[in-house]
Amino acid sequence: MGTKNWPLWEVFVRSKNGLEHRHCGSLHATDAEMALENARDVYTRRNEGVSIWVVESKNITASNPDNNGELFEPAQDKVYRHPTFYDLPDEVKHM
Amino acid sequence: MSEEQIKNLEAQFEARIARDEKIEPKDWMPEKYRKTHIRQMSQHAHSEVVGMLPEGNWITRAPSLRRKVALLAKIQDEAGHGLYLYSACETLGVSRDELYDQLHSGKAKYSSIFNYPTITWADMGAIGWLVDGAAIINQVPLCNTSYGPYARAMIRVCKEESFHQRQGYEIMIKLAQGTPEQKEMAQDALNRWWWPSLMMLGPTDDVSVHTAQSMKWKLKRKSNDDLRQQFIDQTVPQAELIGLTIPDSDLKWNEEKGSYDFGEIDWDEFWQVVKGHGPCNKERMNARVSAWEEGEWVRDAAMAYAEKQKERKEKQAV
Repeated sequence: MGTKNWPLWEVFVRSKNGLEHRHCGSLHATDAEMALENARDVYTRRNEGVSIWVVESKNITASNPDNNGELFEPAQDKVYRHPTFYDLPDEVKHM
Repeated sequence: MSEEQIKNLEAQFEARIARDEKIEPKDWMPEKYRKTHIRQMSQHAHSEVVGMLPEGNWITRAPSLRRKVALLAKIQDEAGHGLYLYSACETLGVSRDELYDQLHSGKAKYSSIFNYPTITWADMGAIGWLVDGAAIINQVPLCNTSYGPYARAMIRVCKEESFHQRQGYEIMIKLAQGTPEQKEMAQDALNRWWWPSLMMLGPTDDVSVHTAQSMKWKLKRKSNDDLRQQFIDQTVPQAELIGLTIPDSDLKWNEEKGSYDFGEIDWDEFWQVVKGHGPCNKERMNARVSAWEEGEWVRDAAMAYAEKQKERKEKQAV
């Protein structure tokens, strides 16, 4: 096949103002404009969105799950970052 | 990696699935898990795409604008479902082109039901009601499968699929309430699609080769026979309600087990169609291959245009 493959894009949709864009899938397109148009047809056929972001998949840097230990474990023993860590008398309201 | 290390990783992996944790694309997974998922997801994607063909046959001849927009929307959904599933498949490191190639070369399978012809308008009703009905029964449990991208794709698919079955059943209702000829047309479509729809839920449990492993990985949550029984039990009353007759003289309510007994399925026919000898296997494949080949210049031109635009922008920026 002599054809050059269309690059892959990741699609993020904001379902309504006030909410964040959320990843909803991916598609192939030759450029950003086509990716947007296709995303509209594929992911918002039933009013699922008011705003779309597309980003070429190769531009996303992702963490490696094999390194989850080093990355995320340090947060596990820091219970003092949560409000429930602190002892308060029962009489104290609204804190 | 040593054999022992792999065994260890596999044990951890199976434990994660048993705990109902999801597996995501970059997680370590056994090669067999990856291959099985590529096979099942791509088969599913191919079925959505080939499934557009029998219905495409009736778009221009839909009896009213209401029917036409609904049929068009349904077929467009199927293209979308194919895309969600191909994308999910690609997260496992297989390219879209490889997947198409597997379909076009006959290496990959798609649901055999689409190798039957759609000869009357009532077939649009029967497909939506029965074929999509059986598909939903198959698909709903997959919303909870272990592979994250597949589960997410299936949630979208199932949400959208529910109108497909209703639009089909509504077509059948209208025909069944119509003139004697129309009712006969609906009955004829039911007669032709009933058995292939039962076959769609897969070979019986005693001969199904993938069931045990797939159950473990939550790629399957109920056996083929259980799914088939569920389909029959929910569909028979729907046929009765609109005055149509299920073409099975052995069909009988079994009070004791609380479900229907049904007649022998012609599995020879099923395997014949799977092997490529159904009424429309060649026609379907030719349509897919020629759409792909005749579209090549369009894909190339779009890519060349995008590259030229990019170059031009870069030059202007200097």
